Amino acid sequence: MRALAAPPSVVKSLRLPRASGLFLTSLIVAAIMVVSAIAAPILAPYNPNIVDLANVLSGPTSAHWLGTDALGRDTLSRMMFGARSSLLGPLLVVVLSTAIGILLGLIAAWRGGWLDALLARIFDLLFAFPALLLAILAVALFGKGLAAPVIAMSIAYAPFVARLVRSLVVTERTRPYVAAYRVQGFSGGWIALRRVLPNVMPTVGAQSTLNFGYVLADLAALSFIGLGVQAPTADWGAMINESRGALMSGQILPAMAPTIAVVLVVIAINIIGEEFSDRLGGQIPL
Amino acid sequence: MNIFKLVARKLGTLLVTVFAASLLVFFSRALVPGDPVAFLLRGRKPSPEAIAEVTKQFGLDKPMWQQYIDWLGNLFHGDLGRSLQFRQDVTTVLADRLPVTLGLVVLAGVLIAILGLAAGIIAALNRGRTADRAILIAMTGLGAIPSFVGAIVLIAVFAVQLGWFPSYGSGDGFADGIFHLILPSIALALTFVALVARVTRSSMLDQLEREHVEVATSRGLPRSRVVLRHVLRNATGPILTVSGVLVAGLLVASSIVEQAFGLAGIGSLLVQSVDRLDFPVVQAIVLLIVIIFVLVNTIVDLLAPLIDPRVAAGAAAR
Repeated sequence: MRALAAPPSVVKSLRLPRASGLFLTSLIVAAIMVVSAIAAPILAPYNPNIVDLANVLSGPTSAHWLGTDALGRDTLSRMMFGARSSLLGPLLVVVLSTAIGILLGLIAAWRGGWLDALLARIFDLLFAFPALLLAILAVALFGKGLAAPVIAMSIAYAPFVARLVRSLVVTERTRPYVAAYRVQGFSGGWIALRRVLPNVMPTVGAQSTLNFGYVLADLAALSFIGLGVQAPTADWGAMINESRGALMSGQILPAMAPTIAVVLVVIAINIIGEEFSDRLGGQIPL
Repeated sequence: MNIFKLVARKLGTLLVTVFAASLLVFFSRALVPGDPVAFLLRGRKPSPEAIAEVTKQFGLDKPMWQQYIDWLGNLFHGDLGRSLQFRQDVTTVLADRLPVTLGLVVLAGVLIAILGLAAGIIAALNRGRTADRAILIAMTGLGAIPSFVGAIVLIAVFAVQLGWFPSYGSGDGFADGIFHLILPSIALALTFVALVARVTRSSMLDQLEREHVEVATSRGLPRSRVVLRHVLRNATGPILTVSGVLVAGLLVASSIVEQAFGLAGIGSLLVQSVDRLDFPVVQAIVLLIVIIFVLVNTIVDLLAPLIDPRVAAGAAAR
């Protein structure tokens, strides 16, 4: 039963296409990266792990557009397959941290009292651990790879989401529509999940989009220092690490191509996230 | 009295946070399933002597809480345990590595302060003009560059192509050491310059619109005096706050940069210790970074009311 029409949602304002060129370019960049990650087995010209020692550090040729690395592997193919782990890691972190953060933020705002105070304390403690540091500690405990850092970074980012959700919900629940549902006998949990949550989601989504960029940079850095994705798996951070020898000897491309990919994605995500938050009236605290 | 209350409360929070962090860092080991001896001796030969040594060193035959109390007690005496890879006290290993990290962070800090403040002030004073727009665009770009990307690009351009700077190692002696730190400190500073510049700009703009600035200008004070005494001083609060947050980022990012440039500092020691399964060193460095971070933020919180007494008044009124 629907006693009241759903409150005017902010989502609608997102649908207005008032996009700037920069925003569109960023969307296209992000789309290209996502498509090449998903369709890498079809689109990639070579197997990313095939070693060709007769054709090492070839530089750009018609056969290898971005050249080959120190083991003769095709850089373009490795970039496309590398997009998979490079994008999947941050995606998992963003989904996990957003889910945990929404849950804790809702509980803190809705229940208030000692629970709210306790959660605030725990968040304060976690803020003292930079995400990358927590990820490094997790690798020290559970071993190299993507699994431990992804979980550690989800825990590190959840408090940021939770604090945002809490502050939004605390304001939102004072609005008349919440009281109106209350009066009609709807349960608090139903109002929180079905009516309040959808109203705060766009702002949370914008923040999570920005988080995606930070997490991508952190996870790439982790693979770059050799603690994340391990050889021979293609990953942008790991590729830069593997190509450092070539870089020192003057072969820039094998290290520079994944570097540029990281920067492009991070900038594109930043622009997309900020555009979202601008459209919402800049509700995201810096 | 108000100031006393504020200081006492901040110090209380500091102690609680450090205590909780020590719990988290110590008991994180309990998250690893299986035998703690096997965990600590991963990748090493589990000879009876090694097992006996590690059991004695960590007190593994005692209950976990007893181990924690012993560990904490030792911390207060400056004993951080023994490194498994160097077979030396962790304190000794850290002391060896400290100068490089200290030099790197100080150099980067100076760069961040000078460039960040300058860019922010210039942008704010030229609001909406070309200089402002150029700085904003540049800072948005810089802010999106992770420190390891900065390191790779700087190595490619200034070390490999131009050959102006060394690309690897810590160098010998003081002058050579500083020379080896120039590219790394730039790589470390880039992202944070953007952060400080953006906060400085928005904080200055906020002040420039205030009535007291208008009054000062209409009283005929020279522009430079208005900016320095009335705008910049009042704009310090947010800049200081962001500097506190920045310290943790700097320390963590220094491990990436040190690794990229092959510098023998605390950060690369952390990475190396994770790689070589030397948990006592990892534990010590993680706790150290968290303590420094919390300490700096407490200092920043305490400085704020000295610069702007209204902060103290506001905190007491709450």
